[in-house]
Amino acid sequence: MNIATILATKGDKVVTVRADQTIREALGVLAQHNIGALVVVDGSMRPIGVLSERDVVRAAAKNEAVFPLLVSQLMTRDLVLGDPGDDLGAVGQTMVQRRIRHLPVVVAGKLVGIVSIGDVVKAQRDQYQGEVDTLQTIVMERGT
Amino acid sequence: MAVGTAERPLRVAVVGAGPAGFYVAEHLLRRAEVVVDLDMFDRLPTPFGLVRLGVAPDHQKIKAVTAAFDKVAAHPRFRFFGGVELGKDVTVADLRAHYHQIVYTTGAQTDRRMGIPGEDLLGSHPATEFVAWYNGHPDYRDCQFDLSQERVAVVGVGNVAVDVARILCRTPSELAATDIAEHALEALRGSRVREVYLLGRRGAAQAAFTNPELKELGELEGADVAVAAHEVELDALSREALEKTGDRAGAKKVEILQSYARRAPEGKPRRLVLRFLVSPVAVLDNGAGAVGGIRLVRNRLVASATGTIQAQPTEQVEELPAGLVFRSVGYRGVPLPGVPFDDKWGVVLNEKGRVLDPNTKQPLLGEYTAGWIKRGPTGVIGTNKPDAAETATAMLEDAAAGQMLAPAEPDAAAAERLVTQRQPHYVDYADWLRLNDLEIARGRSRGGPRLKFTRVDEMLAALGNRARP
Repeated sequence: MNIATILATKGDKVVTVRADQTIREALGVLAQHNIGALVVVDGSMRPIGVLSERDVVRAAAKNEAVFPLLVSQLMTRDLVLGDPGDDLGAVGQTMVQRRIRHLPVVVAGKLVGIVSIGDVVKAQRDQYQGEVDTLQTIVMERGT
Repeated sequence: MAVGTAERPLRVAVVGAGPAGFYVAEHLLRRAEVVVDLDMFDRLPTPFGLVRLGVAPDHQKIKAVTAAFDKVAAHPRFRFFGGVELGKDVTVADLRAHYHQIVYTTGAQTDRRMGIPGEDLLGSHPATEFVAWYNGHPDYRDCQFDLSQERVAVVGVGNVAVDVARILCRTPSELAATDIAEHALEALRGSRVREVYLLGRRGAAQAAFTNPELKELGELEGADVAVAAHEVELDALSREALEKTGDRAGAKKVEILQSYARRAPEGKPRRLVLRFLVSPVAVLDNGAGAVGGIRLVRNRLVASATGTIQAQPTEQVEELPAGLVFRSVGYRGVPLPGVPFDDKWGVVLNEKGRVLDPNTKQPLLGEYTAGWIKRGPTGVIGTNKPDAAETATAMLEDAAAGQMLAPAEPDAAAAERLVTQRQPHYVDYADWLRLNDLEIARGRSRGGPRLKFTRVDEMLAALGNRARP
């Protein structure tokens, strides 16, 4: 199983924000879509950063006046980008190890989707559950 | 009065009688709180989709899952309309006029292309066509494969590729003990294939086949398995990945392959060669417009940003002579007439099984999907169970909230009249059970578990050719 498997069910619905938008605007977008992170893109949909709710919380703990700041001031620039062909086993491992919750997925540099650690865990769980179900069915039907 | 009671059942149409369709049906019919009338349609007269027509004939144990589907079909509110095709015999509009909810579970019916020159030369086929042919799919009954060729290349190392290679290597007596289609058995009896190559893009540790399947390749009666030792050496990247993820099955897979590399040939009539770290770049013309070979580029392994081990082409190129090529680089869904389809991912775009309007990305009222057409071609048969449960849950939530179609004729008898009028030769589940018994009886005379009917006419004739009034 690979990232394309997840994107096939989530589609290309990925919520983006520009680096020159304010944190107030970005929080509005997060709340509106009930999500935890936004991909920051340039004018040609190339991801240049990720702004997560944690980035904002971390800044707000030190500075009450986060609202007028720009996305570019708080976003994470050290990006790990995924490819639709990436194996979910490796992706999960890397996300856990590097504490990444959201992975932008690109094809030829352009953003095509985003997967969260929750998506990866769910896909793997469904896979294992499916294998167990298949084996159980085989064993049970042979017994009857 | 609410929908979902004995007086006004929730009427559901399931399009596609494969595992996904049956699992959705199972989830809906076993709920005590809602009464569901469920009609399952399939374009073929026979149910079970890829369990009948995809799963290899020498893997009968996996087909035992159909006993669970028979139990679903025995529910008094389940009906089967086999041989009724969406877009031909009935339309989405017809279904909307008779059902509160429609579920598309049509799977992934075509293959992905390699996208290389020569792919369409005579003798180059999708592996899925060969699979459908040996499994007796009526649409592929008359396919021709040139089994007079001595060498065959199968591109891919997934389950389908391994099935194709194994069937090509089986002896006629091994095959006769399966439920392989008679026309395929006859053709394979005359096969002159001596060597079958399985070609993997990445290394041994990344091959998609499972260990039981790999072991099976080493136990073939009529074929020696061969692996080049240098192609299954564990490279540093793969070793690190196996250790990090604690992937014992992956480590075992490499061990088995290395043991094959040490094997001396036993002089069996056929040879099955597993190759790794090669990608086809062209299918070669033999000078007469047919396949003469395949050009391969050797790959090295590199790790991507996420730690995925990928194949990267080198400068080294080789040519492998072969007279027949099967590509098995994945299945792909096909659009259904009148149903939104996402061409990029090859699926019906959905949210938890609710079909999305491609423009607004909002759920379409009363339309759902499950299985491979919902999530893409991944996982084993059982993977469709949690997948179908998610869809069924969304359906019941929507029904409870009154979010459903408002059919003009929400009536089981009216739906049956419609189907009878459009396709008087439809096959119901009782008919199928008769066909099933006949096939099993025919199989007994061949010494196998089943001998399939492979033409729709044959099936209808066996059922007495009666049109419904």
